[in-house]
Amino acid sequence: MQSSRFKLRIMPGLAFLLAVSFGHAQPATECLACHSDATLQDASGKSISVDDKKFHASIHSGMNCVDCHASIKSYPHPDKVEKVKCESCHADESSQLATSIHSSSKDHPCTSCHGNAHEIFPKSDPRSAVYALNIPKTCGQCHGNGGMAEKHGLQSVAPRYVDSIHGYALSKEGLLVAASCSSCHGSHHILSHKDPNSPTSKTNIPQTCGKCHAGTEAAYMSGVHGKAIAKGDFNAPVCSDCHTAHDIQEPTASAFRSRSTPICGSCHKDKFSTYRDTFHSQLGSLGGYVETARCWDCHGAHDVLPTSDPRSPVAPNNLIATCGKCHAGANASFVKYQPHANAHDRKLSPVLYYIRLFMNLLLISVLTFFIIHTILWLLRSNFQKIIDSQNGGDKHE
Amino acid sequence: MSNQAINPAPQPSGTAAQTSAPANEPRYFRRFTTGQMWMHVILFSTFLGLATTGLPLRFSESPWARLMAGAVGGFSAILAFHKFCALVMTVTFVVHVFEILKRGILRRDKSVFWGSTSMVANWKDAKDLFMHMRWFIGLGKKPEFERYAYWEKFDYWAVFWGMVVIGFSGYAMWFAPLFAHFLPGWALNAALVIHSEEGLLAILFIFMIHFVNTHLRPGSFPMDMVIFTGVESEHEFKVKRALEYERMAKEGKLESRLAPAPTKIGINLGRVVGFTAIAIGLTLLGLTISAYFY
Repeated sequence: MQSSRFKLRIMPGLAFLLAVSFGHAQPATECLACHSDATLQDASGKSISVDDKKFHASIHSGMNCVDCHASIKSYPHPDKVEKVKCESCHADESSQLATSIHSSSKDHPCTSCHGNAHEIFPKSDPRSAVYALNIPKTCGQCHGNGGMAEKHGLQSVAPRYVDSIHGYALSKEGLLVAASCSSCHGSHHILSHKDPNSPTSKTNIPQTCGKCHAGTEAAYMSGVHGKAIAKGDFNAPVCSDCHTAHDIQEPTASAFRSRSTPICGSCHKDKFSTYRDTFHSQLGSLGGYVETARCWDCHGAHDVLPTSDPRSPVAPNNLIATCGKCHAGANASFVKYQPHANAHDRKLSPVLYYIRLFMNLLLISVLTFFIIHTILWLLRSNFQKIIDSQNGGDKHE
Repeated sequence: MSNQAINPAPQPSGTAAQTSAPANEPRYFRRFTTGQMWMHVILFSTFLGLATTGLPLRFSESPWARLMAGAVGGFSAILAFHKFCALVMTVTFVVHVFEILKRGILRRDKSVFWGSTSMVANWKDAKDLFMHMRWFIGLGKKPEFERYAYWEKFDYWAVFWGMVVIGFSGYAMWFAPLFAHFLPGWALNAALVIHSEEGLLAILFIFMIHFVNTHLRPGSFPMDMVIFTGVESEHEFKVKRALEYERMAKEGKLESRLAPAPTKIGINLGRVVGFTAIAIGLTLLGLTISAYFY
C-alpha cells in the first residue's frame, strides 16, 4: 500500500500531462497510466486497478472513464470518489432492480451479478457472468452453500439446480436453451414467489414453464388441475408442485417415479392409502428395477381428466388399452380389477371387506388358540420334568 | 454313539415302558422315508425363500423391506426368487399328491385315507386334543398318541391347504390376464388379500407354533432330529408314540421298522440345516412383529 502511494507521488511528469488534458474527452489510456498497475489499492485496501486488456475487450470499451466516474472532474482527483451510477445509462434495468427483491442489497447491485465493472461483456459472450452457462455459478455465489441467501435463511438452491435435469443440460451438455435461474425468475425484476406479479408465483408458473414447454402447458391447462388453477383454485397443483422447482428430475427416471406417488398422495390422501394396499404399490415402494403402475401411468400426468370424461385413460372405455400398456392380454374381465379397492371399507368393496375379515379372523383365531396351547404345553412339560426328576431322585435315595 | 445324545427324554411313566424290555444296544426305528425327509427339506427351504422374499412385499414400507430387497438386487430379483421358490414348492406339492394317489388308489392302500396311520383327522384326535388340554392344566392323564398326533395332523393340513390357497392366489396374480378369462377382475384384489393374509398366517404359524411344538419344547429341545435322520430311538418311539409302538409290537411288525442308527455326520448335517432354518425363521418372525410397531 505504501509503495503504491509512493508511486503516485513520484510521477509528477505524468501528473502534469493528465492535469492538462482533463476537461476534454478523457481517453481511458490516461487513467490507465496509473490504474493499470495491478497492485493499486485505495485507502481501505480495495483494488482500484483496471485490467487494460480486459477493459478494452469489454462492452464498455468505447467509453471514457469519466463517463461512469462522473464525479471526477480534474486531476489529481480526491482519494474518495463517488460510487458509479449505472442507472445514468441503464435506467430501465435500474428501476426494475429498485422494486425487485434484490433492492435491499448492500453490495453494488449491478456488479454483484455482472461481475467486475471494468470487465463486463454482453450476455451472449461466454466471458460474461450472466452468459447462460455462467448464470448458475453467478447466482450460486449467494444462493449456494454458505452463501448470502443461506445466511438470510433461504435454501441453498444452486447446487440442487445443478443436479436437476435443467442444470445437467446446461452445465454438462452446454445446452444454451436449457432453463437457468433467469429463465424462470427473470433478471433485474426478480420478485418473491409470494408476489402475485412474480413469474414464479403459483398462478404464473404454468405460463413461466410454458415459455419452453408449450405443449405440456396446453395439455395441463386442458386437464382438471389446469382448469382449477385458471378458476383460481390454488389447491390444485402447478408444475412445481409435482416436479419441484430446483430439483426437477427426468420424469421417467425411477428416482422420480418412486417419489411421484406420495406427491399426488399429498392431496389425494384416500386414493393414496388405497393404492398403497395394492400390489402396484408394494412392488413399487421397494424400488429397484421393476416398474409398477404409478398414478400418472394410468391417469395421465398433465391432462388429468375425470373418469367421466371419455378422453380420460381411466374412462371405462379406455381401460383395456390403459391396463394393456403393461398387462398384455388384458380383457374386459381383467380391467374389473380395482386399483383403489379398500378392504377396510364395507360399503365400497363389500366382497373384499368380508374376505379380509374372514382371513383376519382365521389368522387371529388359529394363532390365539395355538399360542395358548403351546404356552400351556410348555409350562406343563417343564412342570412334569421337575416332578419326574424329584421322583427319580426319590428312587435313587 | 449313544442315543442319549440325540434325545434325553424323561422316563415315561405310562404303560409304554412295560411293553418291552430295554435292549442292551439301543435300537432305532424308521419313522420317515428318505423321500419324506427330502420333501421336508425342500418344503422348508422354499418356504423360507418365499417368506424372505414375500415379507418385504407385505411390509413394503418397513425400513428393513427396502434393505432386504436391495440386498438381493432390487425388486426384480426378489420377485424372480419368489417365483422360483413357488415353482419348486409347487412341483414338490404335486409330487406329494401323486404319491398319495398312487398309494391310495393304485395300490389300494386304504390306510392313507383313514385308520391309525392316516393323516386324516378322526374322533380320537378330537379326544386327544381335549385330554391333552386337560393334562396341561393338571386334570387327568396325558393322552398317548398314534403315528401322527393331532397337532402334527394340523401342521400337515395347514401346510397342505396353505399351499393350495396361497399357490392358487399367487398364480392368479402371476398370470393375471390369463386368470381374468375365467375370474372377474376384482378377484385379483381378493387374491392379494388372501395371498398376503394366508402367507402371514403360515409364517407366524410355522415360526411361532411349529418350531416350538415340534422342535423347541422339552422332550424335543433343541431339535427333533427324526425329520432329518428319518429314524428315532426305541425310547423316543415308546414315549412319543406309545400307541403306535404297542400296536406294532402286538402285530409283530416292530422288527420290520428297525433301521440302522443315524450316522454322526447325518446328525450334524441335520443340525446345521435345521438350526439355520430355525435361525432364519426366528429372524423373519422378529422382523414381521417389528413391522407392526414401526
